[in-house]
Amino acid sequence: MAAYPCLSGNLILAEPTHNDEDLLETPLADRHRALGARMVPFGGYAMPVQYPTGIIAEHGWTREHAGLFDVSHMGPCLLRLVGPTGDPDFDHRAVAGLIEPLVTGDVAGLKPGQLRYTLLLNGEGGVVDDLMVARPADPAEAGTLYIVVNAGTKDGDFARIQEAAGERATLTRADDCGLLALQGPEAAAVMGDLVPDATGLSFMRYAAFMFEGERLLISRSGYTGEDGFEILVPPAAAGALWDRLLSDDRVKPIGLGARDSLRLEAGLPLNGHDLDATTSPVEADLGFAISKRRREAGDFLGAARILRELHEGPARLRVGIRPEGRAPAREGTEIRDADGRPVGVVTSGGFGPTAGGPVAMGYVAADVAKPETPVTLVVRGKDMPATVVAMPFVPHRYFRKT
Amino acid sequence: MPTRYTRDHEWIRLDGDLAVVGISDHAQEQLGDIVFIELPEVGKKLAKGDEAAVVESVKAASEVFAPVAGEVVEVNATLTDTPGVVNEQPEGAGWFMKLKLDASADLDSLMNEDAYKAFLETI
Repeated sequence: MAAYPCLSGNLILAEPTHNDEDLLETPLADRHRALGARMVPFGGYAMPVQYPTGIIAEHGWTREHAGLFDVSHMGPCLLRLVGPTGDPDFDHRAVAGLIEPLVTGDVAGLKPGQLRYTLLLNGEGGVVDDLMVARPADPAEAGTLYIVVNAGTKDGDFARIQEAAGERATLTRADDCGLLALQGPEAAAVMGDLVPDATGLSFMRYAAFMFEGERLLISRSGYTGEDGFEILVPPAAAGALWDRLLSDDRVKPIGLGARDSLRLEAGLPLNGHDLDATTSPVEADLGFAISKRRREAGDFLGAARILRELHEGPARLRVGIRPEGRAPAREGTEIRDADGRPVGVVTSGGFGPTAGGPVAMGYVAADVAKPETPVTLVVRGKDMPATVVAMPFVPHRYFRKT
Repeated sequence: MPTRYTRDHEWIRLDGDLAVVGISDHAQEQLGDIVFIELPEVGKKLAKGDEAAVVESVKAASEVFAPVAGEVVEVNATLTDTPGVVNEQPEGAGWFMKLKLDASADLDSLMNEDAYKAFLETI
């Protein structure tokens, strides 16, 4: 038996690691090993891909109860204005103005405590990274942005943000901290027993909370399509918080394997696979991340291309693909139209445990991007029928206050 | 005739005139949850080392090679709808195919169970 390197799923064909390479570890690495996790290299870190129950069980548990993920490999940081005036709105606009030229989002327009998904661009309007930017809820902290970027790109992202800010703001990395994600329909009930006030957050809001003497930054957000929270915890307190959460019967640890299948079913792109430096936000069907004010101003990198694509439509588009039958279509699979013409490529694909079959996303030519368009996938030299479908494959269940 | 193993984690065992082929417990454990198996067509002639089947887990796709030369005379059709049987009983109900062995097939050149276990210690 041998692996198909060219057909590997996202992230996961790597051999188990005993960390004899130069891999970083999160504050929870020993706990993962004690739980029997299989550790693999990901984003420069030794990370748990799965625990002994396996990916399908972990995936299902997250959809039905509450899954706990270690995402401490990611890149949280704080960007603080140097010499704030003390006027909260003025200071927020000042720090927002430093990062806005690099990203597509309306950062200045964030309300206190609001989190926004945005995209870091290169000069050609390609996506370097997707990230979260947030404004503190506490007016006393105005002039600071809480930013979380991806693991694999964080060094470059941080350098670009600091360079753009110059001496007007200071970027402080927080990636030595623990970053935990608690996701699933029972996440709020679990959180309610630990940090009751955090359950008052609506989707895409965050605030600082004290828990047993430690200051936690808790956001109502995630990467599974489920309700849930992401929690930044100081390094020395990360293990105790992890243990505390796992002591709840509703919570089980979930590895990167299920994180990948959960986000794929939720239709959420994975940077480096579904997004890369050649992909524009419009092609990636992430137009919602290009805020209205920014479109009107056209004041971001690559604006000429992006505005043209918004106006005329992109040449290719990220879509969902539902293969018929049971065979998964992996990253790299060629997509053809009904006439056999190559029209695109799968960028993420695998088995969706909740969807109950194979699911994929990829880029296709605009003329076949309409949902319900039949296409053919070329899997190991054989034609496999499939259909372009609207995403998500599994409906989102975010918590939005009415 | 005891079960023999390859370095690629297939097993093969004589069953009357035929040989049954599958993947080892170690292989299924490494793959994790198996969600799809592509079996060869009955009648296909395989040389030793040819790709005989494909196993897809949630994580990745892997090839299964013919441990020896032979002709596929039967495949385990239940794996099409219930591929997870390979996780549960990899060396029993989760068999892949039966081969009519080629005259050149030499099972004795493969590892016995003790040798395979020793081999697993080295990887």
